[in-house]
Amino acid sequence: MKKQKSKKVHLMTGNEAVGEAAVRAGCGLYAGYPITPQNELTAFMSKRMTEKGRAFIQSESELAAISMVFGASVAGVRTMTSSSSPGISLKQEGISYLAGCKLPAVIVNVMRGGPGLGNIAPSQADYFQATKGGGHGDYRMIVLAPSSAQESMDFTISSFDLADKYRMPVMVLTDGMLGQMMEPVRLPVMQQPSSANQKPWALTGAKGRNPRFIKSLFLKPGELEGFNKLLQRTYKEIEKKEVRYEALGCSRAELIVVAYGSASRIARASVKDLRKNKKHIGLFRPITLWPFPEKVLKRLTKKAKKVLVVEMSSGQMLEDVRLAVGDDSKISFYGRMGGGIPAKEEIDKEILKCLR
Amino acid sequence: MTEEIICAGFGGQGIMILGKLMAYSAMRKNFNVTWMPSYGAEVRGGTAHCMVVISDKEVASPVISLYDTAIIMNKPSLDKFIGKIRPKGTLILNSSLVDGKIKRKDISVLRIPFTDIAHKLGNIRVANVIAFGVYMSKKKLFSKEIAKKGITIAFGGNKELVSLNIRALEEGLKVV
Repeated sequence: MKKQKSKKVHLMTGNEAVGEAAVRAGCGLYAGYPITPQNELTAFMSKRMTEKGRAFIQSESELAAISMVFGASVAGVRTMTSSSSPGISLKQEGISYLAGCKLPAVIVNVMRGGPGLGNIAPSQADYFQATKGGGHGDYRMIVLAPSSAQESMDFTISSFDLADKYRMPVMVLTDGMLGQMMEPVRLPVMQQPSSANQKPWALTGAKGRNPRFIKSLFLKPGELEGFNKLLQRTYKEIEKKEVRYEALGCSRAELIVVAYGSASRIARASVKDLRKNKKHIGLFRPITLWPFPEKVLKRLTKKAKKVLVVEMSSGQMLEDVRLAVGDDSKISFYGRMGGGIPAKEEIDKEILKCLR
Repeated sequence: MTEEIICAGFGGQGIMILGKLMAYSAMRKNFNVTWMPSYGAEVRGGTAHCMVVISDKEVASPVISLYDTAIIMNKPSLDKFIGKIRPKGTLILNSSLVDGKIKRKDISVLRIPFTDIAHKLGNIRVANVIAFGVYMSKKKLFSKEIAKKGITIAFGGNKELVSLNIRALEEGLKVV
């Protein structure tokens, strides 16, 4: 029986865990607009941020929310916004501008079924949007994918640190299942809101110093290309240093199942169960969806005969897995769409089909 | 050990709290646990349900399609979920609001007039906590002390509500 390390566990939804993490990471301003299935997060922040004397704004729209986050970030404040799929689409312009101005911010997407208004059930169909740039221009965003309430908390804290470290927007990508579900969570320590003085680029009023300038418009010939090169250098560094993943029994596996987030919880149960019957199966779980753990997956899948990708989408991460593995004949895919959640038995069946 | 539970009834019968009390008590016994609400386009007076998974292993999915135990507080919920109880599973049924025969012979059925018992205690809204007590005495997964602590937290320290609900719990523990 698994024992919890500390007695101080709290029963929380994933949405609340993200909110509490933001407060504990020293988030100074949260702006958001309600949408299911992330409403509990906005509701939680309305109470908790005001309790702490921080700024909470229920904005008039998603565009306003991301722009408020932009403003707070320019002023050197740790800041977050959250929404679910259709709302995140509306925020893309702002995300591109954050990237273009090298501004840190945390954006939470509690994914639901799409396209369009879709439905309010859990989905993983925003992988492309999150990892390939939903907004315009040559930019990247670090994307962290939790698979439990505890990870929703831990990864949100990491997101604030990564955003500040690399001066860029970072996304926490969860879904309706992780957001709504309650699980035991251990709380991290409370950090004070960071002071703008820690950010030498922040716009804090130019009293007694030269004015600073933050912009994403570069019109002089070659100027923008130079800035793009600077961004790409940062992205290369992140690809080297920040790749995160979990590999379970992959080194001698005949079959490696690749899944992230909610899908990986269910796949993990299948893998663990079938391993008891002496089946050589491993689970590979990308935690950073960008940077995608390409090199390690390539290495691990070299000896494996088969790779099974499981997603709650038509096969979006599948494309990154194909690039990493480099041999399509090895790869199978199982996906559910539009809010469908794969049952463990479905994944069992797919695994056994691959092993046949 | 993995126990998959559904609690279902009318909106207003305290179905979510019933599930949360279970999840909290299981958590305090160091089980892995998930609680998942039904969240669709719900309407007031319509059915509400939540799913609780208690396990000594990691919980794969909080969304479950078959149940070891079903706590059913009204008729529409019975119709909806009776077919999804596992063979040899347990049905805990609010007989105050649901009558009629249960056709399934492969499950054990506990018929308890939760709403009537609650009415006698002075508030029909504690029917859920009586059901919680019945579940506890049937499954013996967690102690009374932990359950009481859960009630104290759930009702936010409102002394009157806490003591009423603790009485309801004691009543539930006595029924079976």
